[in-house]
Parts: sequence; C-alpha cells; structure tokens
Amino acid sequence: MQPMLASFEQPARHWTQGLDRRFALLWALLWALLWALISRLAFAGRCDNTGATRERIQPVPMAKILPLADAVEEVVRDGDKVAFEGFTHLIPYAAGHEAIRQQRKDLTLVRMTPDLLYDQLIGVGAALKMIFSWGGNPGVGSLHRFRDAYEQGWPRPLEIEEHSHAAMANAYEAGAAGLPFAVFRGYRGAELASVNPSIKSVTCPYTGEQLATVPAMKLDSAVVHAQRADREGNVMLEGIVGVQKEAVLAAKRALVTVEEIVDDLGLRSYNACVLPHWTITAVAYVPGGAHPSYAQGHYKRDNAFYEAWDPIARERDTFTAWVKENILEKGPEAFARFART
Amino acid sequence: MAAPSTWTPTEMMTIVAARALKSSDVCFVGIGAPSAACNLARLTHAPGITLIYESGTIATKPNLLPLSIGDGELCETALTTVSVPEMFRYWLQGGRITVGFLGGAQIDRFANLNTTVVGPYNRPKVRLPGGGGAPEIATSCQEVFITMAQSKRSFVAKLDFITSLGHGEGKCSRERLGIATKGPTRLITDLSVLEPDAETREMTVVSIHPGVTRERIADATGWPVKFAAKVADTPPPTVEELTVLRDLHARTRAAIEGKA
Repeated sequence: MQPMLASFEQPARHWTQGLDRRFALLWALLWALLWALISRLAFAGRCDNTGATRERIQPVPMAKILPLADAVEEVVRDGDKVAFEGFTHLIPYAAGHEAIRQQRKDLTLVRMTPDLLYDQLIGVGAALKMIFSWGGNPGVGSLHRFRDAYEQGWPRPLEIEEHSHAAMANAYEAGAAGLPFAVFRGYRGAELASVNPSIKSVTCPYTGEQLATVPAMKLDSAVVHAQRADREGNVMLEGIVGVQKEAVLAAKRALVTVEEIVDDLGLRSYNACVLPHWTITAVAYVPGGAHPSYAQGHYKRDNAFYEAWDPIARERDTFTAWVKENILEKGPEAFARFART
Repeated sequence: MAAPSTWTPTEMMTIVAARALKSSDVCFVGIGAPSAACNLARLTHAPGITLIYESGTIATKPNLLPLSIGDGELCETALTTVSVPEMFRYWLQGGRITVGFLGGAQIDRFANLNTTVVGPYNRPKVRLPGGGGAPEIATSCQEVFITMAQSKRSFVAKLDFITSLGHGEGKCSRERLGIATKGPTRLITDLSVLEPDAETREMTVVSIHPGVTRERIADATGWPVKFAAKVADTPPPTVEELTVLRDLHARTRAAIEGKA
C-alpha cells in the first residue's frame, strides 16, 4: 500500500535540520530584542492615545523680523486656509496687497467681517472660498467684487461658508484652545443652521439644554496688524482687538505687520494684549499698513476711502485699473504716507 | 422756541426709536439707523444709557456717529473695550443686554428679519452682507427693537431667508424653541410704530406718525397690516430732538469729509 511505503522511505534527518530550527528561534528572539530597542529609542515616551489631540504646534524660536515680501512668502502659501483678521480696526491691508502682488491662489479666506481687503483678494481671483459672518462695506453697502464672484462667477466662482458672529468668535476661540469644536447658545430659529451643514448641536450633559456647535477654526496661516513689536518680535496690540489673538493662536503660521519696532514694548497695562515672539512666524515693519482701516494711537479710519471704494468696485474695469495702479505697481512703502495722523 | 415745522420721515423714525430707550438700558447697537437712535437717546433723555457695539466697546459715548461698528471713536470714548469672543460670550450670551437694536433688508409680520439674500440662498438675486451678530442678538437680548423704513419691498409677506428670529410663526414660536427672551417688542418705521399682538404676536400698528394716513401705512406693507383697537398719534419731534440729531449728523459728515 502506497502510504505505508512512504513512511518507510522517509530519509534519515540530517543533524543540521534541528540546528536550523534552533537558530531560527534564536534569530527571531534577537530581532525582537533589536526592534524593541530601536522602537524605544525612536518613539521614546510615546503612548497609545485613544482620543484625538491637537496637532503639536512647534514654538518658533524667535519671530523673524523680515521685509514684508519675504514674510508673506514664508507665511501665506497657495491653497492656505488663511485669515487676514481685524474687526474694523488693524486690518492688515499691506500684507493682503503683498499676497496679491505675489499672486497667491486657491486661498480659503476666513474672516468675521470681510471688507474691502477681501473684496480686493476675491476680485483678483485669489480665493476659492470665503468663510465669514458679515460681508459688506460697513455703513456704505455691498462688496461688489464679492457679489460679482459669488453671483456671476467673475473672475472665478467663489464658494462660501456662512456663520453668525457668535459662531465665528467661538470657533476661533476653540481653535486657539485646541478643542475640536465650539459650543454656544445660538442659531435658534435662524435659517443659517439649515443651509450650513457644519452647524450642528449637542445636548448639555448637565442640564439637557440643546446648544449649537461649530467646528473649531484651524488655520494654516493668520495675518494681523499691530501697533508695535520689540526687537525679539514680541507684539502688542491695543484698542479694538477683535479676534486677532485667537486667530494667531489657531494658526500654524502667523505674520504680524506693525506700525513700529521698538527696543522695549514700553509702559503698558499688566493685562495688555501681547503675543509672545514664539507664537509668531514673522514680523514685518509696515507703517501705515492698516490703511484705510486704522491703528489706534497712530491714524484714524479713512471713512472717506470706504465710501470712495463703492464706485471703484462697482465695475470690473475700474476695479482692475485700481488694483494695477495701487497694488501691482506699488510696494509696501506706499503705505508709509498714511502713518501720519 | 417755536415747534419745528418740517422734518424728514427718517428723522421722525430715529427720534421715535430714541424715545423707546431708557437711561437704565444696556443696549447692543447695530449700525445705521439704530446707532443714530441710540446716540440721540444718550444725548437727550437717556444720558445714563450703556451703549455696547459688537466690536467690543462697552459704555461708549461717541461724539459723532461711527460709519462702522468699530470706529476708533467708539473705543476712545468707551469705559472699556473687550475682545470680540468675550463680547459675544460673556456680555451677549451671558444675558447682560436689556435691548438689542436691529435693522434689516426684509421683515415679515412676525418681525423675523432677513439680511442675508434676496432670492434663493444658493442662487441669490442679491447677496446681502449676512447676519453678523443678529442671529444671537435676536435671542439673547431681553428684548429687541427694530427700526426700518416701511415699504412694500422691505415689509414682505414671506421672507426669502430668516436671518434672525422674531416671533417665528407667531403665538408661542419662541417658547417652543426654548427661548425665554421677549424678542421684538417694538418696530419703529418712518410711518408708524408696531408692537406684537398679545396673543398672535403679529406686529400691529399702535401709533401713527404726524401727517401719515392708515392707507399709506397699508400701501407700504406687504401683508394686510392690522391696527390695534386703540391707535395713538405719535408726538411730533421736539426742537431739542431735531437739533441734537441734526448736529450729530453734521459732526459726522464733517468728520468723514475731513473737516473735523
């Protein structure tokens, strides 16, 4: 019978076969030890984490004080989710104009109160999307370039994500705090909640109250203007401070343009709004850089310009000519003449 | 002084809106007509009023009307200025505001407001600036005053979009949403004053401005407007009210034109 025969025909085991098996075991053990050693060295202190935590934001050794063009080059990149923040006050116009000169594209522009600067960025086609809560020319009327892009797709279609001020302010704060979302009492009876899918709700675990939620605002880059920086790149802003501190702390990279660079930030309230240099990527000295917005203590809001903008932005031709003359053919030094009150 | 004989409908509206405010009010001020009314109140019968603008300025006393809600004048004359997240979280959401003052592009009979779009949301005929602070002002302030010029274009039967809640669909709409604040208690226009009916909450004419007829009010309203059982005659502007208001506008104009 064939099977019986087969057992007899099995050749004698060579002594090296057993040795191989023993070596294999040894080898495996050795490799395991080696791997343990390597992983211990490579991932020292790392623990498995069941919850999501915020990405680590590396402190910048010292904010680099750079010319505006270099600062914008480094901080604001194509495709960024970027906030040029400023709540009427301290709007970083010069930095926005530099981004236009450098032909930044595919930006997601974030701002509570997009005004003329975003009208300009949208009008030149730098933006794919705008996230906002009030988009107008305050006290004057519409943002015509924004409307043309959104309603007619010129010079390119613009996507929007719309919120209320309370939602945006809370979202920035959650972004700065490293939380995944913001919770607040809002949007009750308001239709935005039914057209913006990112607005959701949560039930309070203590009281059972339904509260609105929005995702935390997490930015690639934040650009703000401030009154002064010292030589280390610590920045101080005062007056209507808006959501600038939150925007900077919610961003991976931050650029601050300033009215002046001083040896020492000087006499200030113990609770002054100061951004330490290690929260900022780059500081650029651009006096007048907030015009036609203003810098408290330096120059006033140019309300006449906000009114003059209406006819300029109304037509594509007048807008394009204005951009050519006032942005493309000029540099940041053109803002200096506004620095005098 | 002789009683002034002429005034514009807008002046009448601003003056009536100002009269609605008390010295003890803590008022969240929207820009435009509300800002003029609130500052007129402060400069006339309500010197103690606390004016708050959403830019963060608390108890501000501007000498002229700001063009935006964040003009330097507001910060310089304020008791204190807080950050925007603090403004919305502690002061508005925290329930510290007695009166929220709003305006809008469209309003319906229940004083719901639209400042978002004319036409459908995704393909609007006109894209308006949006809600800003209004959605939460409308529900967090103890009560809301609205001031808007009255016309068929803006007083509509159905809003294109509900930016901020008034009395919803009437009756207990707010209560059903868990809202404890009163909502719009007064709508002041250039022709009349409307207040919510105690039961239906439909905005109903309670006072008619001098020289205005019921027909004119009906013609300027996009729904069959109701009149209260007892309708008052709005007292005409006083010399003081008109003078202070005109001075305020003159100072503002001069400042914008760079003469101040």
